[in-house]
Amino acid sequence: MEKSSDIELRLLIEAIYLKYSYDFRDYSGASVKRRVAHALRQFNCATISALQERVLHDPAAFMQLLQFLTIPVSEMFRDPSHFLAIRQEVVPLLKTYPSIKIWIAGCSTGEEVYSMAILLREEGLLERTIIYATDINPASLDKAKQGIFSLENVRAYTANYQQAGGQRSFADYYTAAYDYAIFDKTLRENVTFADHSLATDSVFSETQLISCRNVLIYFNKKLQDRAFGLFHESLCHRGFLVLGSKETLDFSAYSKQFEPLVKQERIYRKS
Amino acid sequence: MNDAAANPIRGIEAIVVGASAGGVEALLNIFGELPDTFGLPIIAVLHLPDERRSQLAQVFARRLRVPVREAQDKEVIQAGTVYFAGPGYHLSVEHDRSLSLSQEDRVHHSRPAIDYLFASAADTYGQGLLAILLTGANQDGARGLAHVKQSGGTTVVQDPKEARIAVMPLAAMAVCAPDHILPLSRIASLLASLESSPC
Repeated sequence: MEKSSDIELRLLIEAIYLKYSYDFRDYSGASVKRRVAHALRQFNCATISALQERVLHDPAAFMQLLQFLTIPVSEMFRDPSHFLAIRQEVVPLLKTYPSIKIWIAGCSTGEEVYSMAILLREEGLLERTIIYATDINPASLDKAKQGIFSLENVRAYTANYQQAGGQRSFADYYTAAYDYAIFDKTLRENVTFADHSLATDSVFSETQLISCRNVLIYFNKKLQDRAFGLFHESLCHRGFLVLGSKETLDFSAYSKQFEPLVKQERIYRKS
Repeated sequence: MNDAAANPIRGIEAIVVGASAGGVEALLNIFGELPDTFGLPIIAVLHLPDERRSQLAQVFARRLRVPVREAQDKEVIQAGTVYFAGPGYHLSVEHDRSLSLSQEDRVHHSRPAIDYLFASAADTYGQGLLAILLTGANQDGARGLAHVKQSGGTTVVQDPKEARIAVMPLAAMAVCAPDHILPLSRIASLLASLESSPC
């Protein structure tokens, strides 16, 4: 017999989908369950049913809940060796294209976007690149557009940047103001930030490189395969797909459609 | 304190283990007697410094008779295999008996968190779960162990008198009455005895 709380959780996720078109139905269950439990405490709701009633009748409450359901954990040049591998193994091939389109799927608050933009600028590619940075959370996208990060975090990012093969002083890319680092706005001149869901939306452009890091771990296999399908459709012949350090195509229906370029760093190429 | 080793626990489908400071030695101790025919999955969280790649699985693989792997996202849980959580990600058990990784906030300064592994495994295996909490210097695992107990699973903590650091077992004993409080040698023989019990 299914537990009442599991039934309530399914109903909440279904209600969110029907009312707001945000589709968490194929997210990994354990993590969603914990995040809803956390939201219950923040909303002071005794049951998931009570939370459901609130979000169904109050769109503002839903937007609040969305902040708990999405996980904005990110950093710049996260996994420096990954960015070093992009610089060394992918950039020389990207340079052969007259113009480049890059899709950063699940860009959250923008750390990956600015990291990629800095790398491309140093490699002389940023001016001929368009970056599509997409996420389902409008609050995260707003933050990404601002490019303002806490100075305390930026100190850790500086070490990452250097280990990732950074060629300048990281401070060249931002202005410090009080406890914040405001990133150079020319880095995002060619960035289009957009609301896009890997669960419900379709492909919007042909791309040469797609970066989707630490997003797919929150999806079940079925939804992962949907995302891989979108990436496969969007990527040009021999395009690049880069994933998070614990994400793999190995268990996917698309494992044969891509080949590893730098397996250790989760850099794949469309076969 | 029941004599668990003399009365093998029946109906166990999976085992979860949590440890922190002093944990490597304790885990080597309790896994040391596992025969190569061991038929249950074991999933372990051992707190470690946040390095990107951990050697834990390799270290244990060299010393154990059962296969040892670092847990991969979406991997289907295999019987007779020991899985270790890698650094920097929480490890959970999904209802379809696969593993998943996530990066929610740290719990008691830890990611991976023992609480998350234990609670998610309890939700999946219910009374078929055996949870073991060992030495450690923080309180991670206590709530998870209580959740296992509430879900009908069997709970074991290392005897705090013997634990290198007793904070973790004592924290668990403060929030739930574990079914068994045992020294490592007895936990080892309890584990080894499980393989012969029918599911």
